[in-house]
Amino acid sequence: MPIPDALPDNVFYAIGVIYALLIAASIAVLVMKRRAPGAATEELSQRVKSWWFMITIFSIAIVTNRIVSTLFLALVAFLAFKEYLSLIPTRRVDRLILLFAYWTIPIQFTFAHMDSYGLFLTFIPVWMFLFIPMAMTLAGKTEGFLRAVGTISWGLMITVFSLSHTAMLLAADEAVAGPAGGAGLLLFLVALTQFNDVAQFTWGKLFGKNKIVPKVSPKKTWEGFLGGLGSTIVGAAIAGPFLTPMPFYIAAVAGAIIAIAGFLGDITISAFKRDLGVKDSGGLIPGHGGILDRVDSLTYAAPVFYHAMHFFVFSGRI
Amino acid sequence: MDSLSRKRERGEGHALIMKRILQLAFFLLVVRPVLLIILGVNVRGRENLPQKGPAVLVANHNSHLDTLTLMALFPLKDLHRLRPAAAADYFLANKWLKWFAFNIINIIPLARGGVRKNPLADLEAALDRDEILILFPEGSRGEPEQRADFKRGVAYLAKARPDAPIYPVFMHGLGKALPRGSLILVPFNCDVIAGAPIRWSGDPQRFMGELELKMTELAEQGHFQPWE
Repeated sequence: MPIPDALPDNVFYAIGVIYALLIAASIAVLVMKRRAPGAATEELSQRVKSWWFMITIFSIAIVTNRIVSTLFLALVAFLAFKEYLSLIPTRRVDRLILLFAYWTIPIQFTFAHMDSYGLFLTFIPVWMFLFIPMAMTLAGKTEGFLRAVGTISWGLMITVFSLSHTAMLLAADEAVAGPAGGAGLLLFLVALTQFNDVAQFTWGKLFGKNKIVPKVSPKKTWEGFLGGLGSTIVGAAIAGPFLTPMPFYIAAVAGAIIAIAGFLGDITISAFKRDLGVKDSGGLIPGHGGILDRVDSLTYAAPVFYHAMHFFVFSGRI
Repeated sequence: MDSLSRKRERGEGHALIMKRILQLAFFLLVVRPVLLIILGVNVRGRENLPQKGPAVLVANHNSHLDTLTLMALFPLKDLHRLRPAAAADYFLANKWLKWFAFNIINIIPLARGGVRKNPLADLEAALDRDEILILFPEGSRGEPEQRADFKRGVAYLAKARPDAPIYPVFMHGLGKALPRGSLILVPFNCDVIAGAPIRWSGDPQRFMGELELKMTELAEQGHFQPWE
């Protein structure tokens, strides 16, 4: 008897491949630790250890069922938004408005879960965009008004709205979503975004020389970026046919989109952190920093990948 | 020993165990999950926190959540050794709050306004039992996320028990989550920055100066944005 909500096998195979890569990385780091013990390898080892936790939590969330997956994605958005609000200067008068802004998270993810494209797309960019300044106006304090409206609206967009596109992928209609369903699309996006981060970091460490935006993110180099881009294109071309309805050459283009958008998200969050004078957005993930440090690339990659798929691959059918 | 007093002693023993279980359950099932998900605590300098008593934690005060957050930083097995000092007039004013303060938070009540001969006697006795005190020398929560001058009681305590190290802890963010006068909790990450302990230096004024300086140093590690 078929299990009604069962995930396609390809999702499980893909998770298996991710764990194989993780084991390989763990062994490599272990060898590096033996050869060159020190603070740098210690941090690397801490990072890999955190990857074990993150990948396991993500895998469990993705294979359980769609409701659990969506709740998990909403939790990630909540943690990211909370981290953002905790870093920026806020006004006491806006406390209730902030509380209200948090409540947009369950609403937005419910719209995504219902696959309600119109509501999903207008709720934050239109309705919250209008509502938040209105509520602040009625609260009556104009001192710092513009800064408060600007920072809260941008934060809501870059964390909640952007990241909610992951849940929208999950809700893609089985009939068009491809051989691994919505979960496959999500896995393709998230795995490649994170893979691109790691690849960029590794290429940058090995060959990095020419800085791209030294004032924002001095560690980002052209060598790292292009190495990450190439690696992600290859990874996407291999994974695409298994996880998405795309043939390998279109999947390669999707991989390039993810790599470029991911890079831009990364440096955009870096600019935000630099403005506030912090290195990490928080301390939730040992070796990585805060949750925003981990999903920074995804804040750009998720909406760009989703909308690119929506228009070019599915012609509006997801 | 007659049977009546033995019975009473056993009864007190049971009450003590009950109290510990309630305290453990509250921290395990309420405080820790709330701190993990709804709030979020970034701890810096955790290695500076005391492993055992006698010791005195000294922190700035923004919110009712300060005490619970500091207590949650310690392992559950040490929970009953933590003794927050709290204002008697506030916490003993109402029956329910009093029960909660004594049984769950395990406070040492302090009379504000100095009516007793030695107002620090209970704190000194706790240090003699190797307990870890939690003090908020600002005296009250005051304006959230704004530091107020420390009261000098802590210097006299340090003088009376020079063997107990004083651990300065700076806290930020909980005043945004639950400031004085509000009953609505708004999620914010908070920061706890623990510094290396200091000891009684022989002079109250110099000691207070050293403590304030330490607190300022800890606060500056955070790059905290204003909240007005």
